[in-house]
Amino acid sequence: MSLIDSISLPRSLRLPRLDGLIQWIVPLAIIAIWQVASVTGFVPTRVLPAPSDVVLAGWKLLLSGELVRNIWVSFWRASIGFLIGGGIGFAFGLANGLSQLSAKLTDTTLQMVRNVPHLALIPLVILWFGIDESAKLFLVALGVFFPIYLNTLHGIRTVDPQLIEMGRIYGMTDGELFRRVIFPGALPSIFVGIRFALGIMWLTLIVAETIAASSGLGYMAMQAREFMLIDVVVLSILIYALLGKLADSASRVLERLTLSWHPAFQKR
Amino acid sequence: MQTALRTSLPETELASRANFVPHARVVREDRPVQTSGLPLSIRGLRKSFGDNEVLRGIDLHIPAGQFVAIVGKSGCGKSTLLRLIAGLDKIDAGSIGFGQDIQPEDIRVMFQEPRLLPWARVLANVEVGLGRDRASKDAHDRAEKALIEVGLADKRDQWPSVLSGGQKQRVALGRALVSRPRVLAFDEPLGALDALTRISMQRLLERVWRDQGFTAILVTHDVSEAVALADRVLVIEEGRIAHDVTVNAARPRQRGSVELASLEGSILSHLLSADDRT
Repeated sequence: MSLIDSISLPRSLRLPRLDGLIQWIVPLAIIAIWQVASVTGFVPTRVLPAPSDVVLAGWKLLLSGELVRNIWVSFWRASIGFLIGGGIGFAFGLANGLSQLSAKLTDTTLQMVRNVPHLALIPLVILWFGIDESAKLFLVALGVFFPIYLNTLHGIRTVDPQLIEMGRIYGMTDGELFRRVIFPGALPSIFVGIRFALGIMWLTLIVAETIAASSGLGYMAMQAREFMLIDVVVLSILIYALLGKLADSASRVLERLTLSWHPAFQKR
Repeated sequence: MQTALRTSLPETELASRANFVPHARVVREDRPVQTSGLPLSIRGLRKSFGDNEVLRGIDLHIPAGQFVAIVGKSGCGKSTLLRLIAGLDKIDAGSIGFGQDIQPEDIRVMFQEPRLLPWARVLANVEVGLGRDRASKDAHDRAEKALIEVGLADKRDQWPSVLSGGQKQRVALGRALVSRPRVLAFDEPLGALDALTRISMQRLLERVWRDQGFTAILVTHDVSEAVALADRVLVIEEGRIAHDVTVNAARPRQRGSVELASLEGSILSHLLSADDRT
């Protein structure tokens, strides 16, 4: 997925000033049309507030410090949950990709767990952890685990066996073989896993925060609904979109830095 | 010296026999004078994969520094023989000796595919060939020298993906050469290249062999390549050495010369007559 995206947009990687603007044309146009529709009364503000109202609500929340605090809380939950779940997924992916025994022992179990939608565990998680931080972290970690596990495993299993034989012929130790052949070979696949996982990370967090939380962006949106502050609700949704975009961009930058050898990331 | 050699010329091939001098040991001045190569002694070598007996008793002596080409039809066991010599597969029965104890760096293999690490730059790929000396201080210098040898010094900082097929194979050759091997085994190294690139690669192979004096073993399905490069051509049929042909043409060899062409023709006719019998 990630590779295909970058093949179709290779120039945006090199000319951020010009091509970087192109991708914002559509979002900005949508906002402009939305503003016009609101101002002319075509869309009642009860249904959808004007973008200017949303910005105003954001400004007020920013001044009160509430916005920054909630974004920070959500960001913290997302990253910690991602690190825990991603770390465990990566470790299992490595172990099962490198060791037949480990794969036989755990893969079937993991595949069974994978087929349970992790959001279906919310009632159970609330019973276990209440609306504690650990509830959100648990759900995010669980959601992030599988894409990273599966793609790490796939990446390691599909490393070219001819390269591994070459490494052995040239006297690489197991450690060197992993560092110089297996891991770099699995990296493109691992990045696909990371980008899938980032999407699942936000999704899980939004749902978890809307259902059971006393802080964070999801909570802010639910509170605003209680008081009919539709501009704050829309603001929260827009912030989620921005944060998702930000996470995706960050993973792309990382991808470009580490996969510069890959033909899809090279200057033509 | 080569009494253990198997030569089973069919009687019907007497006409072309004049070109076969299986036991001749001619000392020629165009072989590297000071050879760093190792001699090879192979005795009673057998290898099976499951029920399929691929090598059925190979006896062979290769003097140090000789360039030997192994030809044969697909599945005749020539690649298996090469993999056993290079130590890539386990021997079922028999022995392969090099006349002394050897280091892993003494034997190198070059495959049909370049097998370069796509995520390492050209120079780093060549450094891989140093084996245990990779971490040494002069690793860079040695790798650069090997790159100069294969004529790719200007590509040292490139990614393999931007190189042409022939250039990749030259990097692979540099990687094989960098540890100064004493036996170099080639498994169809030029099989995937276009005709012109092949010829220039053949010249390069011949040049580095003469410069460095390793013992060269080339598995190929291209008989003209075999007679152009080798001192000696072994024809393998059904897991045995069927013919052992010495190529006496002087180097540098004239490609397409009558001498080489007639030799090529007679080897080909042997390969094809074996085909007719089955």
